[in-house]
Amino acid sequence: MARLRAKALDLRRHMVTQARGKGQGYLGQGLGIADFLTFMYFHEFEAKDLEFDRGDRRRFLLSTGHYSIALWAVLAELGIIPVPDLLSYGADGSPLEMSTMEGHVPGVEMTGGSLGHGLGVATGIALGYRLDGYASTIHVEISDGELQEGSTWEAANTAAALKADNLVCWVDCNGIQADGPLVVPVDPVPARFSAFGWLSMEIDGNDYDQLLDAFVWAAKREGKPKVVVMRTKPGCGITRIEQRDRAHFVRIDADEWDDVARELEAENG
Amino acid sequence: MAEARTLAMSESEEIVGRPSMKAPFSVGLLKAAETRENIVLLTADLGKYTDTIDFRHKYPERFFNVGMAEQSLVMTAAGLSKAGKISYCTTYGTFATRRAYDFLAIACAHSNENVKMFAGNPGLTTGYGGTHQANEDLALMRSIPNLTVIDPCDATEMVQVTQMAADIPGTVYCRQLRANVAVVLDPDTYRFQVGKGHVIGQLHDDTKLGFVSTGFMTERAIDASRHFERAGVSSAVFHSPCIKPFDTNGLLRFANSVDRLVICENHVTTGGLATLVVEALYEAGLSRKLLKIGIPDRFTECGSLPYLQDRYGLTTERIIEQTDTWMRA
Repeated sequence: MARLRAKALDLRRHMVTQARGKGQGYLGQGLGIADFLTFMYFHEFEAKDLEFDRGDRRRFLLSTGHYSIALWAVLAELGIIPVPDLLSYGADGSPLEMSTMEGHVPGVEMTGGSLGHGLGVATGIALGYRLDGYASTIHVEISDGELQEGSTWEAANTAAALKADNLVCWVDCNGIQADGPLVVPVDPVPARFSAFGWLSMEIDGNDYDQLLDAFVWAAKREGKPKVVVMRTKPGCGITRIEQRDRAHFVRIDADEWDDVARELEAENG
Repeated sequence: MAEARTLAMSESEEIVGRPSMKAPFSVGLLKAAETRENIVLLTADLGKYTDTIDFRHKYPERFFNVGMAEQSLVMTAAGLSKAGKISYCTTYGTFATRRAYDFLAIACAHSNENVKMFAGNPGLTTGYGGTHQANEDLALMRSIPNLTVIDPCDATEMVQVTQMAADIPGTVYCRQLRANVAVVLDPDTYRFQVGKGHVIGQLHDDTKLGFVSTGFMTERAIDASRHFERAGVSSAVFHSPCIKPFDTNGLLRFANSVDRLVICENHVTTGGLATLVVEALYEAGLSRKLLKIGIPDRFTECGSLPYLQDRYGLTTERIIEQTDTWMRA
């Protein structure tokens, strides 16, 4: 756990580096999901899952393309992209775009950002793996806001009907969307998925014991697709960002970045 | 092999004066699947009506029906492509395009996924009205980057395109002719090529009348062209099954040899073949008198196919009549 906490701190440092370079970014979401991504890439994944041309690799799809800041942090930490490149986050001509575009950076498994695509695409991959007899699980992250997209529920129906039990959906419920706090309620999230024929569990997505439990649970094949509903805190790890009420897109004044970086170390060191 | 099976006969046109073939999509798909174990087929509760029955019976584990959910259809197909499959899909053109547009554009074309969408009911090939008649699908599809967009003429071309689609890189949108389909092009000599048009008939340097057509309108354009030839008006046809990439050079060569152009498409006359031709001519500085024959800018109603095609001027007789009037004017 100490190792994972240290990794998560590194990811958060990489995210601050990126947002600071750009002066803004989707830092709130990135910090909120840092702990989950740490578990996915540094606990669940094995080295062979990072061979992106390997057909039977475990896969993780990030449906929320604007969380790219978090994925670039992971890929930098894995050595897939050079750490100094993080300074180019969101810069014109940089592959480290503000939203994930497949084909621009290794390790991006789908073009995210047009929200409501991830669950359906992941379902297709899971069905393909089943046809080929591959044992690996397909993991997909979607957001609570994406539960407002009809396509998410079409996909939920399909995955349940076709019994894709090699599929695990992780819903990042951070309670915010572009217009502020969720403008249309999506709860009860686990019950909605259960009603669609999924197995569900709910955790605090920033709690390490609960994340560990969720990964153990998710690994078991039980005839149905699984969903882990994660309650996460936007800006998690830096109090002054957690407290911003408009954390969907964080803009921080130039003279404040030193304080942000100091706070990250003080609160997580 | 045994004749392919179709369950969509009630929507078939009566075919007079030409041989026909049942379920050419099914024939082409089975040929492609003979050598490719990674072909899968998906549909969205329209399997019965899109000639999927043979594949479903032969390869049940590779057939997926997602129900009435076209967004899921396209996303699932994209995911299967990511897992190394060639995803053939069927639904109706209106649902594939208007309903699932973002998914074809982003989940498929943006990532160059190996998804082959075969979209039934193109234009006035169904009598179910504006909800089911894909009258503007070519305009919608040709504006998406990376896509290959095809409007086959007949059973020969339908078989060939279906079979070849497996080898066309990336995402393909192809209009599907289903059930009983006329054989117009000779299967022994005709070869579909991506991005290539085909001259049908004799083209001279001073040909009076040139028909430019796509999809099932080529059959009618050929018949109209023969009519004018018999009447002493030299005429030929440029069949352009590929809307994207479009054979601009082939079209310009053809247009250079004719006095007048008649553009025939089973599609609205904005954004489809007529627009492509006008753009190509204008950009090349080539001026030709031209007549656009296609579906007008309105939602078309329900009715029998002969009634609708006559009403909107898509039959051979109406093509001849409109061309005649235009030439005399």
